Amino acid sequence: MSLTNRTKVVSNKRMSFLERLYLPAIFKGMVITMKHVFMKKVTIKYPEKTREFSEIYRGRHVLKRDDEGRERCTACGLCALACPAEAITMVAAERQPGEENLYREEKYAKVYEINMLRCIYCGLCESACPKEAIFLTKNIVDSEYGRAQFIYGKDKLVEPVEKDKRIDVSKRQTPEVLAFKKLPNERHNI
Amino acid sequence: MLKITIDGHSTEVEEGTTILQAARKIGGEIVPPAMCYYSKLKGSGGKCRTCLVKVSKGSEKDPRPMPKLVASCSTPVQDGMEVQNITSPEVLETRKAIVEFLLINHPLDCPVCDQAGECDLQDLSFEHGVDTSRFEEGKREFDQIDIGENIKLHMNRCILCYRCVYTVNQITDGRIHGVLYRGDASEISTFIQNAITNDFSGNVIDVCPVGALTDRSFRFKSRVWFTRPMDAHRDCPKCSGKVTLWMSANDIYRVTARKDEFNEVEEFICNECRFEKKNAEDWIIEGPRTITRTSIISVNHYQKLKQGSIINPVAKKIEKPSE
Ligand code: SF4
Ligand code: SF4
Ligand code: SF4
Ligand code: FES
Repeated sequence: MSLTNRTKVVSNKRMSFLERLYLPAIFKGMVITMKHVFMKKVTIKYPEKTREFSEIYRGRHVLKRDDEGRERCTACGLCALACPAEAITMVAAERQPGEENLYREEKYAKVYEINMLRCIYCGLCESACPKEAIFLTKNIVDSEYGRAQFIYGKDKLVEPVEKDKRIDVSKRQTPEVLAFKKLPNERHNI
Repeated sequence: MLKITIDGHSTEVEEGTTILQAARKIGGEIVPPAMCYYSKLKGSGGKCRTCLVKVSKGSEKDPRPMPKLVASCSTPVQDGMEVQNITSPEVLETRKAIVEFLLINHPLDCPVCDQAGECDLQDLSFEHGVDTSRFEEGKREFDQIDIGENIKLHMNRCILCYRCVYTVNQITDGRIHGVLYRGDASEISTFIQNAITNDFSGNVIDVCPVGALTDRSFRFKSRVWFTRPMDAHRDCPKCSGKVTLWMSANDIYRVTARKDEFNEVEEFICNECRFEKKNAEDWIIEGPRTITRTSIISVNHYQKLKQGSIINPVAKKIEKPSE
């Protein structure tokens, strides 16, 4: 039984004179090569050219800040629980008096790491997050020379404080979610 | 012996037994949820109303139904009584309203709360609550208080079940913990912030159905579902020494009393066991505690099944390898 019908039985019979010349075979090969030279290419010249991305492409994660620049993540661990690849780890810490402008909740993630090699970019962490803190973005994970560099900490994940450098994720939120966030009695959810 | 029928299941109980206790004797899904009643605490119950049931037949002598829903934790069984719990739409509808009442002042800060994952209020609202809130007014807010070195009180989360008050009154000697003020303004307090120094005061953490009283030594250390519950014991001069250790690898994150299927403490433990013995060498570890499959704590925890509970179609072939 074969999976494809391209199987060929290899035989050991003596080659004829023409076959032993090899020239017809080489010529046949060259024809195939030349045909491919003029065919439409399937690859593109990355990074000069990039392909079109979906607006909701699931790439590298971002940890969002709120409007006042405070980190949204409260180290609740639900993303790590939801993650099928067990790629996320975190260590929580208690917010000290005077740090109210840095962290939104009384608990925050002191360490937050995603192993980008384990991650399968499924987006379940984003769905699980009750604080709208983690989102997948259109950005893709850079190539690196070592495996250790793929463990992204907060330095790479948290978005910059500056308003103009923030990462826009509004395309990922459905109108229903955005409307839900405006309800006064559901404020605790966001 | 008195005969009682709950949702079609009958049992016989002794005089003085409450409907809730009779239901627990039958077991299964007909057991009404209880947020304030605690079988180990005398006088508890009757505060939260989550255990309301419908008595469709009062007794053999007086078969009239009771006019209103009754709190099953504090209503004694009468001979021939017939009770409806999950078979009565009225009870389920009322329970939904009760959950809404309990959540009125609750901050819903589960992502921050250390109790999340083993919280009775989470279970209750997941099972019986609605997923939206109609409450728009401001919730009552209190500052967090440290009750002694080991216990944290988040009054915002308290549902005023009085369990902790009964615990301190009954397990410990000397009244140092109680409820101040009334109605919407009630709050749990240690009188004039007296630290609870009694040897068994840590048990208020375990009896609290919500995250109002939590362990300061575990505060924000981990989440309950990332740690693994292990049964362990030690030779303790003060208490039975039988505890559950919440471990990750070889580190002990938290020590609690063992809890039964109704989330009640089996045996109260002393503060030394709870707060001071955080080394694996202090304990004789018996093995992993059985967790129900539906609990979030069981996620990603693998456990060897008992022989006999494994259904393996090729087991026979493995035992007798073919020649
Ligand atoms: S995208 Fe999926 S695999 Fe990647 S970290 Fe999130 S939950 Fe885990
Ligand atoms: S689910 Fe959201 S808030 Fe919770 S730890 Fe993950 S990113 Fe932070
Ligand atoms: S602190 Fe906990 S145990 Fe005490 S009354 Fe409040 S909810 Fe009940
Ligand atoms: S458990 Fe019966 S009223 Fe609370």
